[in-house]
Amino acid sequence: MYGIARQKEPSVIPGFGLTLGYTILILSLIVLLPLCALILKASSIGLGGMLAVLRDPRVASALRVSFGLSLIAAAVSSFFGLIVAWVLTRYRFPGRRLLDAVVDLPFALPTAVAGIALASLYAPNGPLGGFLISLGIKVAYTPIGIFVALVFIGVPFTVRTVEPLIAEIEREVEEASATLGASRFQTIRDVILPSLFPAILTGFALAFARGIGEYGSVIFIAGNLPYVSEIAPLLIVIKLSEFDYVGACAIACLMLTGSFSCLFLINLIQAFARKRFGYA
Amino acid sequence: MPDQAVSSNAIVPGKPNRLVTESTVVRIALIAIAAAFLVLFLILPLVAVFQQALVKGLNAYFDSFADEDAQAAIKLSLYVTAIAVPFNLVFGLAASWSIAKFEFTGKSFLLTLIDIPFSVSPVVSGLIFILLFGAQGYFAPLLRTLDLQIVFATPGIVLATIFVTLPLVARQLIPLMQEQGVGDEEAALTLGASGLYTFVTVTLPNIKWGLLYSVLLCNARALGEFGAVSVVSGHIRGLTDTIPLHVEILYNEYNFVGAFAVASLLAGLALVTLAVKSLLEWLYADDLAASAGH
Repeated sequence: MYGIARQKEPSVIPGFGLTLGYTILILSLIVLLPLCALILKASSIGLGGMLAVLRDPRVASALRVSFGLSLIAAAVSSFFGLIVAWVLTRYRFPGRRLLDAVVDLPFALPTAVAGIALASLYAPNGPLGGFLISLGIKVAYTPIGIFVALVFIGVPFTVRTVEPLIAEIEREVEEASATLGASRFQTIRDVILPSLFPAILTGFALAFARGIGEYGSVIFIAGNLPYVSEIAPLLIVIKLSEFDYVGACAIACLMLTGSFSCLFLINLIQAFARKRFGYA
Repeated sequence: MPDQAVSSNAIVPGKPNRLVTESTVVRIALIAIAAAFLVLFLILPLVAVFQQALVKGLNAYFDSFADEDAQAAIKLSLYVTAIAVPFNLVFGLAASWSIAKFEFTGKSFLLTLIDIPFSVSPVVSGLIFILLFGAQGYFAPLLRTLDLQIVFATPGIVLATIFVTLPLVARQLIPLMQEQGVGDEEAALTLGASGLYTFVTVTLPNIKWGLLYSVLLCNARALGEFGAVSVVSGHIRGLTDTIPLHVEILYNEYNFVGAFAVASLLAGLALVTLAVKSLLEWLYADDLAASAGH
């Protein structure tokens, strides 16, 4: 253990070897080993085999649905998330604490429960679905339903990444801007929003990455029609039930590449923000 | 999830400053938009769970739990959670102790590893265990010789649940312990306390609220994990069905009252978790104000 990670300076605090050793052991067994299995399986298929799986029109369509709708949902969630974060940090009004607690609901509510609840609300005979049908909009069992579920699960990511930054904005900066003659709208557009932008982008990327892999809250409302409203994670489940492990791994690898690229992007954004604005 | 301390530069009611805040109309409009969005996308689904569960009255609601399969699912979920939560508690404490209290090379790599389960699709989290322990998996010959079954049985469900909830406690505690530094522990150790005594009497009291919330969240997530468990469980009714999988079965059988009744257990737990979090933040904010006054 000490060979891999040596303490930079000696400390009087005990337990370094024990706790770090245990942490590395568990991470290796629970996280690294299973992920290696996936990489091993994928490399046994080879790049050619993977591409062949991805050329299947049903797979390509599922990936398009997952990536495309996650992108739109993350954008909508970021927009409203910014307003929610602003209202919760800047204004005091009755019910604020309740709304603040509700933001974390998608973290605590199991995805399957959220899924059946959304499906019953937006079904053609449900309270919201019935109303929307009368307007000619069918939500449940269409891609719009997937979009609704993905907005639901994105909210905590987009709100909670922006909130601490809004709380940290120094009042003096806004006052300076106002003293120099800027209208409130100009201050928000030219001073506040640019400094929040990295955090908004981080929240967007987190919501997007989560959306690509989301399963439980989506499958009940999606209708799961191949080529129309079938998401990539569901196709993995279908491939597994057909014992097509190669196909399942190929889709999984592409999804992982997507979410890891997002994580990488987030790290870049935060490194940039640290340099530019002095926060992470 | 960063804890939300109340912003020190929040607008004080009755003292609006037109230059550094929005006009009343804009403020009311923004609050209305935020509230409408949260009600529509978050509160209505939550209300729908309880409304649908009770739509045929209390008797039908309670009858849903008399079903043998429902009881078996609840028992299995409790069993899995009873293993996964203590496991992740010990892992979280060990990981946060080593990462927050010491400086060493490779720390950021370790943090990235801890985060991986959060960025992997739940379905993929199940798939990786099938690849290891499934009938055609890498360990299949070994498991056959030992006559062990892992996937499509309880051990697989436990493993998948542990994987999915692994970062929760560690991720909550690491920033907390980093912020607190090592001063308190160093003082206790210098005064002659043993390492374990220092941990129990100095470190634990410092992190107790963060620890409590992360364990509660871990508990709610372990009971409610759906995607990963659905892939490794094999869906054997009465045997390998957890609470959320049973909800899915009932829903697909059009037994909506049953599905929502069982789901309301998990929704209730989620509500308790959120309530405890808000309460802790409320008390915690008071503590902060008190210490700032010194």
